[in-house]
Amino acid sequence: MSAQGQTSTEYIVHHLTNLKVGSGFWSFHLDTLIVSGLLGLLVFGLMWRVARRASAGVPGPLQNFIEMAVNMIDTQVRDTFHGKSELITPLAITIFIWVFIMNAMDLIPVDFLPGLLGLFGVHYFKAVPTTDPNATFAMSLTVFFLMMFYNFKIKGFGGFTHEVLTAPFGKWLFPINILFRIIEDLAKPISLALRLFGNMYAGEMVFILIALLGLAQPFLALPWAIFHILIITLQAFVFMMLTIVYLAMAHESH
Amino acid sequence: MDINATLIGQAVWFGLFIWFTMKFVWPPLQRAMHERQKRIADGLAAAERGKQELERAAKRTEEILVEARHKAQELLAQADKRAAQLVEEAKNAAKAEGERQLAGAKAEIEQEVFRAKEALRTQVAALAVAGAEQILRREVDARAHADLLKQVQGQL
Repeated sequence: MSAQGQTSTEYIVHHLTNLKVGSGFWSFHLDTLIVSGLLGLLVFGLMWRVARRASAGVPGPLQNFIEMAVNMIDTQVRDTFHGKSELITPLAITIFIWVFIMNAMDLIPVDFLPGLLGLFGVHYFKAVPTTDPNATFAMSLTVFFLMMFYNFKIKGFGGFTHEVLTAPFGKWLFPINILFRIIEDLAKPISLALRLFGNMYAGEMVFILIALLGLAQPFLALPWAIFHILIITLQAFVFMMLTIVYLAMAHESH
Repeated sequence: MDINATLIGQAVWFGLFIWFTMKFVWPPLQRAMHERQKRIADGLAAAERGKQELERAAKRTEEILVEARHKAQELLAQADKRAAQLVEEAKNAAKAEGERQLAGAKAEIEQEVFRAKEALRTQVAALAVAGAEQILRREVDARAHADLLKQVQGQL
């Protein structure tokens, strides 16, 4: 435990509180912003360094690893998305890599970063950005706006309106069609964001609860961490895959 | 859940990373991977070509070998024939030579025999005359009976 004299509830709440500045809507979770930003700069900077020197010859181990990951993502995009787009593969790469690395922060012991920063007078720190709904909603809403953008760009205003009015039940049931479409399109970003947030939040919660168990901690934290590697990867993959699917739907007419 | 301006900050990060990946990470990686794919494809095609060429060369070698074998057999047969011919010729020449020598030897022998006979005849005649002379010394006049003697000599 990070501080003596805390009750279990206080300990849990402490770990689930963001480092916050500002008030009302105009407040910022510094921990989320800094951790996600630094992780992004780190991994994408690394990828940039490798990509800049990427050669068609025999790749080094790091280039090989990155190419493997990127190629896997590209294959998924090609299987699902049949249009031509400069954006969608880089978008999928960004989502998978960034979400994966943010989720992976979960594997750092729950008291490590808060405890370390506590020594410097920082009293609240949530190390996993994807346990902050702001982070997940930021991504899902960006995906949502891209979806809308491509709906209009590919189908045109008329084509998109026609689709909204006539799919899936034909033109005579257009009020129901509109209602369905609104629910469908609203559900997409919300489910996308909440799925990732919920999974990571729950995982983090289990780590915190295990941390409360004292000496039994390593015997439970290790298996959960191993199992969590699966969740980390899976959630990153699901977020990426659904983004590709949604954008593919935005490109194709019903 | 505490939704606030962090959302905007995160969206900015997200947008920045998407732009960065789209601009600086994905294109060079894609280029490198495509180029490698092409190189591998070219290499495989070249290997395939090489294999076909090898097969062709092997086939041609086989043909040349067969041809060479045929030629060798032909040459051998010719040589055999020629050798047989040579032996035959040599045999004939030897036979002819032998016959010639034999004939020569025979002629010589005949001559020798003839000469010996002649000599013998002369000697016998001389002996006969000498004997007759001894017998008839007293009563035969050599001169008177010269015709007779000559006749005897001629008969011998």
